[in-house]
Amino acid sequence: MAYLEVLGLRKAYATARGRTEVLGGVDLAVDEGEFVAVVGYSGSGKTTLVSLVAGLIAPDAGEIVLDGAPVTGPGPERGIVFQQYSLLPWLSVHDNVALAVDAVNPGRPARERRRLTEELIALVNLTPAAGKRPAQLSGGMRQRVAVARGLAMQPKVLLMDEPFSALDALTRASCQDHLLRIWGERRTTVILITNDVDEAILLADRIYPMTPGPGAVLGPAIEVGLPRPRARRHLSLEPAYQKARQAIVDFLRANRRVA
Amino acid sequence: MTHATVKKIVLPLLGVIAVLSLWTVLSQTVATDLPSPARTWRESRRYVLEPFFKDGEMNQGIGRLAFYSLVRVGKGFALALLLGTPVGFLLGLSRAFHQSFDPIVQFLRPISPLAWLPLGLVIFQKSEPAAIFTIALCAMWPTVINTAVGVRSISQDYLNVGRVLRLSRWKMLTKIVVPASLPYVFTGYRLSLGLAWLVIVAAEMLTGTPGVGGFLWQEYNSLVYSHIILSVVTIGVIGFLLDRLMGVVERRVRVA
Repeated sequence: MAYLEVLGLRKAYATARGRTEVLGGVDLAVDEGEFVAVVGYSGSGKTTLVSLVAGLIAPDAGEIVLDGAPVTGPGPERGIVFQQYSLLPWLSVHDNVALAVDAVNPGRPARERRRLTEELIALVNLTPAAGKRPAQLSGGMRQRVAVARGLAMQPKVLLMDEPFSALDALTRASCQDHLLRIWGERRTTVILITNDVDEAILLADRIYPMTPGPGAVLGPAIEVGLPRPRARRHLSLEPAYQKARQAIVDFLRANRRVA
Repeated sequence: MTHATVKKIVLPLLGVIAVLSLWTVLSQTVATDLPSPARTWRESRRYVLEPFFKDGEMNQGIGRLAFYSLVRVGKGFALALLLGTPVGFLLGLSRAFHQSFDPIVQFLRPISPLAWLPLGLVIFQKSEPAAIFTIALCAMWPTVINTAVGVRSISQDYLNVGRVLRLSRWKMLTKIVVPASLPYVFTGYRLSLGLAWLVIVAAEMLTGTPGVGGFLWQEYNSLVYSHIILSVVTIGVIGFLLDRLMGVVERRVRVA
């Protein structure tokens, strides 16, 4: 059994025109230390999948097992980087990260927790901004605070829900590079949800394409045969890159919603 | 003259002049018992220019009278916040509490200060605590309701952060619920202060305690009508200043 196993996950929402099935039996397996991406069109149910794995909402059917234990509710072992960051605007960068550090390390002395917090802020290169409030930061900086907070949860798996979708293209690229470097240092198990095929190939070991809803399911996983450490330059010229890209695009095209 | 100064100074000044003219015309035509602006100023000068003189219990400078009223309002307002804030948080946080007490809140809210005051006098036997009781009971509702609305409109995103971190109830309250609802709470405080000031006049008139409201009623009974106008203007000016003051506080909280 894989480290994180998702089996036959179904979720429907009641709408004005009856029930709409968002997820129609999603299967997903992630190994420890693996970086997996789920790629799909906007509105196909990706955020629903993240919320289910995070335990923020309950599935109608199916199960989620992490490290041998079934998921029944939210918890820091499934750390999450929210799509809109959800930083607490009344807390400084330091305090936003410290909130998570303190929550998962209640037994440790205050000095050690402080050191952990500062370490994480340094990891995302935000030490000079540690005293600032989120409103004083650029979008890219906020995004990095959210990553630091996600890592502060010391998660078994870090869930990232379209973490870069609110950023402009240049900032987005620099944030992806940051994430690539951080993941290289930490090797946290990651599930990245994205609608950007190139982003998925750059970052992930394996990519699950998602069919557009209603009743979305995941296609067979596509291996990204690119060696690590990866660098953005010339990556798109690699045959392995183009092969993975072709496979994903073919799957998404073939399963396109008939309008 | 720039466009901005016209808007900020000249136009409001025109408004004041228009009202004063209307007042003068009325006092000389329809309502001849109404003192004209000039007469009001002549008879009120000493109260304004020596605001802290004291010739007797009810014959004092307007600054002194306003101070008594402000102290009374301060006490009543403080009591209103002390009662209203926790009730508001409970209404917002607990469905059961909301279902139990929201009908009572809705029922108590529209009751006039004039109705509460006699009850306060019965309970406390003295006018001072009765007045404070009345102010608190009338002024607390905006705090209660705004706090409850503030708690209920906290973004689900913030609550999800707390859920993922499995924050304790206490931490959830102090780190997320209270700071997230603070702007609403302070809007409630500002409205409550406005109400408290509104109620003070009624409370003082009925109890005859020294203060702007008490002075107003006494001067009515002594037929010194110009002093009624002096009191009315004082009440208006102080009410305006209080609102501005709370507006500044409110904006600070919103930025934070």
